[in-house]
This record gives sequence, structure tokens and C-alpha cells, in this order.
Amino acid sequence: MSPATLLLLALLLGLATFAFGRYKALSIARSKGGNRYLHSLPGHYGMMVGLWCVLPALAILLAWQLFETPVTNSLLDSAVPQSISDKGEKAVELYKNDIRNIVSADQLDQVTDPDKKHAALRLNHLNSFSRIALLIVMLSAALIGAALAYRKIKASTEARTVVERILHVFLVSCASIAILTTIGIVFSVLFEAIRFFQQVSFLEFVSGTKWSPQTAIRTDQVGSSGSFGAVPLFVGTLLISAIAMLVAVPFGLLSAIYLAEYASPRARSIIKPLLEVLAGIPTVVYGFFAALTVAPLIRGLGESIGLSVSSESALAAGIVVGIMIIPFVSSLSDDVITAVPQAMRDGSYGLGATKSETVRKVVFPAALPGIVGGILLAASRAIGETMIVVMAAGLAANLTVNPLEAVTTVTVQIVTLLTGDQEFDSAKTLAAFALGLMLFVTTLMLNIIALHVVRRYREQYE
Amino acid sequence: MNESQQTAFEDIKETVGDVTVDNPKMCLKNIDVFYGDKQAIYDVSLDIANNEVIAMIGPSGCGKSTFLRCMNRMNDTIPSCRVSGEMMLDGEDLYGPSLDPVLLRARVGMVFQKPNPFAKSIYDNVAYGPRIHGLANNRAELDDIVVNSLQKAGLFSEVQDRLDAPGTSLSGGQQQRLCIARTIAVSPEVILMDEPCSALDPIATARIEELIDELRQNYAIAIVTHSMQQAARVSQRTAYFHLGKLVEVGATNTIFTNPTHELTENYITGRFG
Repeated sequence: MSPATLLLLALLLGLATFAFGRYKALSIARSKGGNRYLHSLPGHYGMMVGLWCVLPALAILLAWQLFETPVTNSLLDSAVPQSISDKGEKAVELYKNDIRNIVSADQLDQVTDPDKKHAALRLNHLNSFSRIALLIVMLSAALIGAALAYRKIKASTEARTVVERILHVFLVSCASIAILTTIGIVFSVLFEAIRFFQQVSFLEFVSGTKWSPQTAIRTDQVGSSGSFGAVPLFVGTLLISAIAMLVAVPFGLLSAIYLAEYASPRARSIIKPLLEVLAGIPTVVYGFFAALTVAPLIRGLGESIGLSVSSESALAAGIVVGIMIIPFVSSLSDDVITAVPQAMRDGSYGLGATKSETVRKVVFPAALPGIVGGILLAASRAIGETMIVVMAAGLAANLTVNPLEAVTTVTVQIVTLLTGDQEFDSAKTLAAFALGLMLFVTTLMLNIIALHVVRRYREQYE
Repeated sequence: MNESQQTAFEDIKETVGDVTVDNPKMCLKNIDVFYGDKQAIYDVSLDIANNEVIAMIGPSGCGKSTFLRCMNRMNDTIPSCRVSGEMMLDGEDLYGPSLDPVLLRARVGMVFQKPNPFAKSIYDNVAYGPRIHGLANNRAELDDIVVNSLQKAGLFSEVQDRLDAPGTSLSGGQQQRLCIARTIAVSPEVILMDEPCSALDPIATARIEELIDELRQNYAIAIVTHSMQQAARVSQRTAYFHLGKLVEVGATNTIFTNPTHELTENYITGRFG
């Protein structure tokens, strides 16, 4: 039986035992004179029995899935012929793999080598034994669990408490999956980054000003000693993010103030969704817009006043990234501005303040911490933005703060380092992980600061 | 409105008692207020006298707060609200074309139901009004206004060594006195109070009531309250509102001891409301 069938079986058993448990609770209640003589609702008793049936079964199923292959693998050792095991570990693994493929593809008839046939038969035998054993163990665990819980049902059994506790544990484990994923990502990046720093010194990486990640594939190759100074990339990233924030903060903030304080409900109901459409545009489309519309426009403008502008410029990419994050700034700011209590505005109007005085001197200062939090969250979006920058900012790792030149960013380099066929253990490929780690740390810090600021703001009003 | 309300509503024909006074600060005549299609105030006329506290009482939803908010045109900030009638402040038409509602609100100050200090320091809260109206030419003058207003509001001795602390760090009663100081700081002529003690404990309430009595020396005060004891304690005249109409006006003593209209008597004696 496949794991899916077993899962279904366990759930059906759970349903059945739920019904039994509930029935027993109901009959106890009837003999005592009503449901109110039970500690919990009849459904809770059913749930308790059902969960004690399903949970052990699921645990065994999961454990079996994890350990079945390693166990059968080691049991297969005896079937590996001496000639193979003499050749060392790798050959044995290869041989076992071969056997495994034969069995899973069901090609036993086509095997001619008697040793292999013998091993395959043995594996086949092991597998079918394991399947039957799993079925028996799982079913008995389910039934024992259910029977124990069923026996425990009395009027005074605290079934509700048991069920609530199990639910609590279940919810906690759901929440920890998200956290564990984050930790997993951090470690997977961290380990590769450490491998990179074994080849290139950390100091060179964070202080070097030359980025040219071409390493020699053969030792006799010329002109390919890579240099991994990440400074130009971080300068490029900061330059583009700064331009983006210069675009997004004023436009986003002022439109938020307009929406929250000045717009009529009708205007607001039209403009707000329209602004938020900006957040729904795929970044690739923003990329076209930057590369095909904004960049030529900037070059044309620059040249008409006698500036030399490269066709891929930090300015074009920064402006478009800024446009992309306008809805983040405006939406988050709009929320905090709207959350400023009406009593504050009334107090200000009551003293003879005009609308703009009220907005500038009362509403805006009161909302400022929340707005700062929103801006920092938007900034970490800008720093992590990839697609627009790939298409509009170029690949040249220039160390410059001139927004009219082509620059490159951390994310762009990660993309170029990891796309295409690469050797995984070369410094060139591993550099991507080091960059990723640095980027992750940067945005993580920004997010922590932002959350901290936002939390302080909340405390102020409650 | 249910049937008994409908009968009561039709019973209220004309305001009992004299709505005018000898030395009016504000004269309000035939005021109607609408929220969208719904009429909230029906043909109310009332004078506010100098150096006097007038209390406005009545069951919830009777329109007393709405009426109060007409006097400094706070209702302008509600888009669906429409006000008609004649309102004079020292003989000047409140809703006339020459009058700027922003300047009006500096002359007719307002204290709200819930203390609403700004997210600023105590000093900046009080200095807010003088600053936006340019009442002080230098820091020393501003300091004077702030200290003076805090003293008048009876708060100065409690906060004098922490004027930089945020206004929100004060207790509820202190916050409300801060809001009163903030209102006094722009030297208004009339102070409107919309249930100023409803969020406060009895001790803080007693302090505010004392303060109201002192402020009467310099200002005309109109106060909306749900507490009849408070109305009896602080006011010289009382106006009883019911279902958007002004039922009865008179000296506080008379209203509370010998009301004329049946509805007023029912409310005062606690038969409803």
C-alpha cells in the first residue's frame, strides 16, 4: 500500500474511532441524566479518541518514510558481491543504486547477471516485508491508542483539556515550520559562504574595490585571476536604493497624506486601489519600462544639456525601483496616518488650526514613527530588488556614485554568478552565497529596526 | 422613533422659559442642523451670557453636543453636516461670509469629552495654539503664556519640573486640565466643553468643576454634561434638550427644583434618560 493510501486509512480509522468515543460519552451521559453531567462535550471525547488513534499512526508512518531507505540499504550489504565491496565504498553505493533502480522500475526479468538478480530479489523481498510490517505496526498503534483513550472515557475525564492541548501543540508546530525554514535558509547560505571565505579572505571581500569574478578553470589559463572586492556592488546597491527612496518617499508619503486627510471618500475609493495596482505589476514589466522607456528618456535629456549618460544608468533603474515601492510607502503611511485618533485632529481644529497646520504639526508628528517603520520596510524591498536592476542598471562593476553611469548591484551579480553551467566549488559560484549572506544580513537589520520602531509607535497609543 | 417618542416629539411646541439674556456673548436663533437627510436640531434659539456657565443636559442623542459644536463651527469638519439659522458672536454673524471659521475657533475654544493631548511635550501642547496664531513674539512671551495658562488650569504646580515630558504621560485628569490650559492659551472669549469629565474619576472631576467655576470670571462657558449633579453644581443656567428640540431653559435652581415642562421633570427626577 502506498503512503497516501495508508494516510487515508489512518484518517478513516480516526473518523470511526471518533464516532465510537462520542457514542460512549453520549451513553454515559444518558445514564447519568444529561450532557451537563459530563466534564466536556460528547464531541470532545470523540475527538480525544480519534486523535489518539490518528496521531500515533501518523508518527509511525512519518518515521517509516524517513528510515525505510537507510535501513533496507544497510540490510542489502550482505547481497553485494565480494568483488564489488573490494573496490571501496563508492562502488558499493553505485552498485546498490543500480539494484534500487532495477527494483523501482520493475525490470527484474531483464536482469541477466545472477549476482544482481539475487540482490534485486533480496531488496524486493525486504521492500514487501517493510510494507506489510508498516501496515501492521501502524494499524496496531492506531488501534491501541484508540482503545486506551476509549477505555479512559468517564464522565469526569477532561477530554476538552486534552483536545485543546493537542491543538495548541499542533498550532505551535505550524508556527515553528516558518521559523525553521528561515533558519534553514540562513544555514544553507551560511555554509556555502564559509566555503567561499576559505578561498577568498573576508577582508578582501568587504574592503576590495575591484570586482571581477573570473577564476581560472585550468591552472595554465591566463588573465583570469578573479578578484572579489564587493565594495562596488554594495555602493551600486546603495546608490540605486538611495535614488529609489528619493523617488518613493516624497511621492508615497505625500500621496498617503492626500489620501488620508484631503481626499473625499469617493476619490479615495478610486485612487487608493489604482495606486496599489503599482504593487501588482510584475517586476519584469517594470524592467522593460526602465530599459526601454526611462533609460532612453534620461539619456536624451542628459545629452540635450550636454551630459554624457550611459544607456544603462543607475538613475533609470533607481527611478523605476522607486516607482515600484511607492505603493509600499503610501499604503503603510496611509494606515498609520488614518490610525491617528480623530480626537487629535478635533483638538487641533478646536484651537483654530487650519487643515494644513493640523496635518503638519499634529497628525504627521504623531504618525512619524509608523511612517519611518514603513519607509525602512520599503527600503529593504529596494535593496533586494533584482529584476529591474538586471534589466536597467547593467553589469559593469563600476565604483562610482555618479547616477548617470552604469553600475551593478549585489542581486544582479548573484543572478549572473549562478545562471548558466558553473562549477559548484569554484570561488566564482560560491561568491554568490557570500553576497547573498551579506544582503540578507543588511535587510534583516533594516527589518529589525523597522519592526522595533513600529512597535514603539503602537505602545504610544494603547 | 417609536410611538411614545413621536408623541413626546410633537408635544414639544415652544421652548419654556426665556432663551435670551441681558448681556449676551453669543446669540443663536432658529438653528436647524442636518446630518445628510436626518435632522438633528429643530429650530433651537439660545443665548450664551458673559461670565456665566450654561449647562446643556438631556438624554443621549438629544442633539446637545451637535448644538455645542455649531458654536465654533466644528461641524464643518463633518462633510454631510448642514447648519442653518442665525448665530452671532458679539453681534458678528458666525456663518457670514466675512468670518473665517479658523479664526472663530480661536475665539470660541473647545474642550472635548476624552482628553486628547497631542503627541508632544506638555509645553508644546500648550504652546501649540499661541504658535499657530503668532500670539508670542519671542520665547519669553511664549513661556509666559504657557506658565499662565497652566496656572489658570491648576496644573502648573504638578508639572512645573517636567514641562518636557510628553502630554500623554499625565493621568487622565491631568490630561484634561492640560487640554483646558491649551484652550485657555489662545485667550478665547467663549469655552465650549463637551462632557469634559465623563472619562474621569470623581476626584479629578471635582478639580475640573472647581476650575470651571474659576474660569467663569473671565469667560462665557457652555458645558454639555450627562451628570445632573454636575450641571447643578457648576452652572447658573440650564437648558434641557430632548429629541433635537430645546424643551426648557431657566436658572439652574429653578430647573432642578421646580421645572415647568413635564419632560424636564421626568428627566430630572430620573424617570427616563
